[in-house]
Amino acid sequence: MRYLLPVVFLATLSLIGCGEKAKQNNNTSEQVAASVTVEESGKNDDVKFPVYNFDSFEPLLHKEDDITYVVNFWATWCKPCIEELPYFEKVNAEFKDDNVKVVLVSLDMPSMWKSRLEPFVEKKALQSEVVILDDPKQNTWIPKVSEEWGGGIPATLIYNQGKRSFYERGFTYEELTKELNQFIN
Amino acid sequence: MKTFKILGALILLISMASFVGNTTTEKGYAIGDTAADFSLKNIDGKMVSLSDYSDAKGFLVIFTCNTCPYAVAYEDRIIELDAKYKSKGVPVIAINPNNPSAKPGDSFDKMKVRANEKGFTFPYLLDEGQKVYPQYGATRTPHVYLLEKTADGNVVKYIGAIDDNYQDASKVDEKYVEDAVDAMLAGKEIKVTSTKAIGCTIKV
Repeated sequence: MRYLLPVVFLATLSLIGCGEKAKQNNNTSEQVAASVTVEESGKNDDVKFPVYNFDSFEPLLHKEDDITYVVNFWATWCKPCIEELPYFEKVNAEFKDDNVKVVLVSLDMPSMWKSRLEPFVEKKALQSEVVILDDPKQNTWIPKVSEEWGGGIPATLIYNQGKRSFYERGFTYEELTKELNQFIN
Repeated sequence: MKTFKILGALILLISMASFVGNTTTEKGYAIGDTAADFSLKNIDGKMVSLSDYSDAKGFLVIFTCNTCPYAVAYEDRIIELDAKYKSKGVPVIAINPNNPSAKPGDSFDKMKVRANEKGFTFPYLLDEGQKVYPQYGATRTPHVYLLEKTADGNVVKYIGAIDDNYQDASKVDEKYVEDAVDAMLAGKEIKVTSTKAIGCTIKV
């Protein structure tokens, strides 16, 4: 029964597919699930992005240099996250001279790293740094990112040496740059 | 610019109202609050309220849905919770808080399909009009509220995640919900009364 779980899970996922593939028939989704499962057993070792547990990830939230970090927590299955990603990309490109760096922290599940995350990043040609945070002990680490965070995504932490703010919400480009300007001016 | 001012004034008014009024209405329930009853449509077409359960000692009100990967990861464990605690007087009441027009995969018809596929043994209700989840203060799926039925109403005893490992049920160290229900039924103090977890934002 336990063994069946991931298959059912993936089949459902491919069905929802963030709304894109909702019309897929059952056969296709089962095939997708099967191929994904095989891929999964072919292990995640060669995943393109660095994978952190929270202990190894935490220093990324406390760097003491001259850069303003925009740390966005997202996942490929999170529709509002996907919608705001272009704004973070734009900020990463346009604020380079202001020493701003965007870090996209994927909370995708291990089964999705090769099957969804990598293709997504490639397709969207994301230029910001992408890292994976894989730590199921969420109740332990969520408060360490911010006491204000209930656990919903999208969520964003903006910090530099002088200032630190956390936002459990989505952004428009205008909203994001408005917040960011408080850090760089 | 004018609309901004009006909007600003409105936000100010709302936030002021929340200070003046009952503070629990804006942010949802805290531990010890009395939860309001509701009347929501189940997948079998019948309306369900907590007051229908005259013999219950409490409830596991779980905001969940069809489409969120975390909710899906917990489906089997929600079924297990109902199997374990319904007979002890604490049934699962699942509520889908998402707006189906924002998330078609969470429509009433799709809820029926999913419940049938998984063999849900508990009511799976649609929060039609999205009035109930804000009262509770649910922000994501899955989001659990353990209620204890008392003479003064249904008191909130635990808020949060089901356990501490969404990825793998066999690697769970702390079964937050089970520990809370067990303590409640034994008349003991619940040690962990609220937990945080990553979840899917409720779609409005």
